[in-house]
Amino acid sequence: MAPETLAFYAFGAVAVVASLLVIAQRNPIYSVLLLIASFGALSGLYVLLDAPFVAVIQIIVYAGAIMVLFLFVVMLLNAPHEETEYDERVHPLLRPGPMRFGALLALVLAGELSWALTRSGDSGRFPAGAVASVRAIGRSLFTDYAFPFEVTSILILVAMVGAVLLARREGRG
Amino acid sequence: MVDTLVIPLLKIVIVLNATLVAVTYMVLLERKVIAWAQSRLGPMRVGPYGILQPVADAVKLMIKEDITPVRADKWVFTAAPIISMVPALIVYAVIPFGPKITLFGRQVSLYITDINVGLLYIVSVASVGVYGIILAGYASNSKFPLLASLRASAQLISYEVAVTLTLVSVILMAGTLSMVGIVDAQYNQHVWYVIAQPVAFVLVLIGGLAETNRAPFDLPEAEQELTGGFHTEYSGMRFALFFLAEYANMIVVSSVVTTLFLGGWLPPFPNTPALHFLYAIPSWIWFFLKSFFFLYVFIWVRATLPRYRYDQLMRLGWKVLIPLAILNLVVTGIVKVMLM
Repeated sequence: MAPETLAFYAFGAVAVVASLLVIAQRNPIYSVLLLIASFGALSGLYVLLDAPFVAVIQIIVYAGAIMVLFLFVVMLLNAPHEETEYDERVHPLLRPGPMRFGALLALVLAGELSWALTRSGDSGRFPAGAVASVRAIGRSLFTDYAFPFEVTSILILVAMVGAVLLARREGRG
Repeated sequence: MVDTLVIPLLKIVIVLNATLVAVTYMVLLERKVIAWAQSRLGPMRVGPYGILQPVADAVKLMIKEDITPVRADKWVFTAAPIISMVPALIVYAVIPFGPKITLFGRQVSLYITDINVGLLYIVSVASVGVYGIILAGYASNSKFPLLASLRASAQLISYEVAVTLTLVSVILMAGTLSMVGIVDAQYNQHVWYVIAQPVAFVLVLIGGLAETNRAPFDLPEAEQELTGGFHTEYSGMRFALFFLAEYANMIVVSSVVTTLFLGGWLPPFPNTPALHFLYAIPSWIWFFLKSFFFLYVFIWVRATLPRYRYDQLMRLGWKVLIPLAILNLVVTGIVKVMLM
């Protein structure tokens, strides 16, 4: 087997197993750590796809920033074990309110995944160097995709203002 | 086969071993310099002038009893020092110690690899290093390490923002993210970036001190308040790993500052024909001399400055360094566009 194929299977196995263990864990700290491991494996897959920029951004944004916040929250809430409000023997679809919605979303996701997996193969290759070069990504982000890019940034700004507002209100009351 | 496998593996072995030896001698150098700053002699017993002290330290740390506290989280407790150490070592993959040279009739580059996102790779690996500290504090299941690790991670996250923003202005100057490319850009533009980007240089140096938890930003290890910091519960080799990681990170920061601001392996004034005799000294020696200078500065600062208070540290990070970094970035961008 070619080294690339071997590396692909190794990273893929780590990603899948770690992701499964994330939801199989009772200790939230372990879940967070396994999710980081899974992100690391995904980043390895991006390198194999000749997209080092995406790989590095994956680590900086997800593993380096978002998961640190997750870890902080989990540590400060000091919840060593997940507590379920509902009887675990009841089927998720029969549980009240939000749980049922989660189960519904899981069903939709499973449907989407199986649809995507059965669809045949190639989504078309990127032109060589399009994802490898930071310059090319930056150029297309600020020319062809300038509008979606700016809209996303406004969305993030709104979310940030909203978060600050919510935190403030809690402080006053 | 030789070019794709043997030589890179050989380089990795050399760089890793050289780093570990350099780290142990950094500890000795630090003890010596601080001793001289305080009119003492420092270690003198092991070998002449104490030069075998690192060997004695290594032996001591390896044969010490390795204790895991009963109430600690065993898996995370074991993993934390490893998570600290690995990022500190894999950064060396992209640090250019010199250009391509001819060795025994074969073209050999004095860096392990040159990827086109080199600087981002360093930032990403550095951002993962914080996990070792957070997890060590959490897994120890003890209040002082937990407090220290919360301090450390808040500090690292704050200063990471400032340093990364500052690095962007260097990237703007060089027009590339590759570490080798940045050195070449300094050669082609006839200027070391310490002259073209003095503000960025100072910001990265201060941020580097904070990111390596060194004095005057060594609050996570404030002995007086926290009985030692996030590694209080660690002993023997596991404690040594945290120590090694800190010093390895110091070497990384020195090498990165050298590469970005002092022209890496280039001699001073590389384009001045009158000074071309400086090329007689091999490139990697220039690199080591410059890096060594910054390592010395790290120790010098520690011997000189008192520790910051925690609120002062946070205020400096968020209210001084980050605005300055943004301002520097905007000015660099405007000047660059105007010169184009």
